[in-house]
Amino acid sequence: MKAVITVVGRDSVGIIAKVSAICAEKNANIVDISQSVMKEYFAMIMVADIDMLSIPFTEFVDLLAGFGKERGLDCRVMHEDVFNSMHRI
Amino acid sequence: MINTKDILETINMVKEENLDIRTVTMGISLLDCASDSPKTACDKIYGKITGKAGKLVQTVEQIEKEYGIPIINKRVSLTPISLLGGYYSEEDYVKIAETLDRAADALGINFIGGYGALVQKGFTGADERLINSIPEALATTGKVCSSVNVASTKAGIDMDAVALMGKIIKKTAYLTRDKDCIGCAKLVVFANVPEDNPFMAGAFHGTGEAECVINVGVSGPGVVASAIARAGDCDFSELAEVIKRTSFKITRMGQLVAREASKRLGVPFGIVDLSLAPTPAVGDSVARILEGMGLEICGACGTTAALALLNDAVKKGGVMASSHVGGLSGAFIPVSEDAGMIEAVSKGALTIEKLEAMTAVCSVGLDMIAIPGDTDESVICGLIADEISIGVANTKTTAVRVIPAYGKKAGDSVTFGGLLGEAPVMKISTLSPAKFIARGGRIPAPIHSLKN
Repeated sequence: MKAVITVVGRDSVGIIAKVSAICAEKNANIVDISQSVMKEYFAMIMVADIDMLSIPFTEFVDLLAGFGKERGLDCRVMHEDVFNSMHRI
Repeated sequence: MINTKDILETINMVKEENLDIRTVTMGISLLDCASDSPKTACDKIYGKITGKAGKLVQTVEQIEKEYGIPIINKRVSLTPISLLGGYYSEEDYVKIAETLDRAADALGINFIGGYGALVQKGFTGADERLINSIPEALATTGKVCSSVNVASTKAGIDMDAVALMGKIIKKTAYLTRDKDCIGCAKLVVFANVPEDNPFMAGAFHGTGEAECVINVGVSGPGVVASAIARAGDCDFSELAEVIKRTSFKITRMGQLVAREASKRLGVPFGIVDLSLAPTPAVGDSVARILEGMGLEICGACGTTAALALLNDAVKKGGVMASSHVGGLSGAFIPVSEDAGMIEAVSKGALTIEKLEAMTAVCSVGLDMIAIPGDTDESVICGLIADEISIGVANTKTTAVRVIPAYGKKAGDSVTFGGLLGEAPVMKISTLSPAKFIARGGRIPAPIHSLKN
């Protein structure tokens, strides 16, 4: 199963590093990443394989949301099925 | 690989445009809870509801978190209580309502529906006692919702039931007068009621349904409004296309959640209800969609046409996104639950007469409308009869959920809070239909009901 991690907000140093560190620490394997910075705004989309996650998925969601909150960013983790079902027939 | 644009579109729908799943409703049959003793029946009912729906809230909250889609309500709908076997007095029925409320509290759900009766062709003794117990039941409980079906295209209109419901609505308002007559916000009078509707206050579990089933109601007026705004000055064909595409996407979310909830709870999936259900939150209004199409304000001439277009396009887009579509499936126009409707009423742009016309082309009916507390009972009956006949003649569901706001007059307002919102008290004709209502009996079914 894959999860889509999105981070949107004001750009600052080390956002990707921190998200990647959380993924590594909890054994989520990053399979794809893209980011863009428009003016001072930052948007990152990361797809991670979470089959081997070392904690329950809902805790992982909370962990990243907590990180986002700390840094004033909108950080979401959503199941890939949401996007597949909404955008593919 | 999922497209970046698609990902951002979905995130934006959730974050900025109030996309949510309005409700996951578990339908539970109570037909095996009959007993000679009301006490035993209550015990059986409590046991069955808490047994079947014990993991509903927990499971749905988990799905909400994993998928990142807000799921606002968790609800339970039941076999109409008047159909439980056994003889129960009005007091016994109130005890049953209290049992339902206790079960709802124990489960942590938002509402429990099914405290009602189907009397489109006449009353059984049980139907009559249950309906008479509704005011007391709604006054002593917090989460119990009640609905009564008084007509169908096949059976015609039971005018005795219409007359009785006028009285029941007034009494319910009186008994809950210290809470802005909130009892009436949980009581709906229907024509052609669907048996698998997940939305309150009209949800119940029909007798043709399975033992236990999961129904899901989607939402998303904000998403549709934003899509229309982005489409700009397009013509009607393109406008309909934009709504269809959006509705498809919203419904796919509903289908995904329904499938997942059904799998995890081990309960069959019933239907997805395609309704656009507004909330009082800014940006979650059906009225704003109509205004976005080009009306100065909801209620202006052209409103009915705009709503008809919206309703049809929502169904066309949604129907392909789900394997089973049911319930009410159409745009809702509850006044108190829609910031745009409230504003239109407050400015005098939207009247009860216009709302009645609008209900001919969308789902449900005169919904969450507050009227002056001194409105005569026969006027309420006349209002119900008018609305119900629109449903009967057009082979569609219509309903009336009016709140005669005790002690208040046109221009005042009532506040319920939460999703039920706030309703400006609307002016209503005081001319009397009393003699018409007093005739009693049934209005025959329309000719087009004879299809065999």
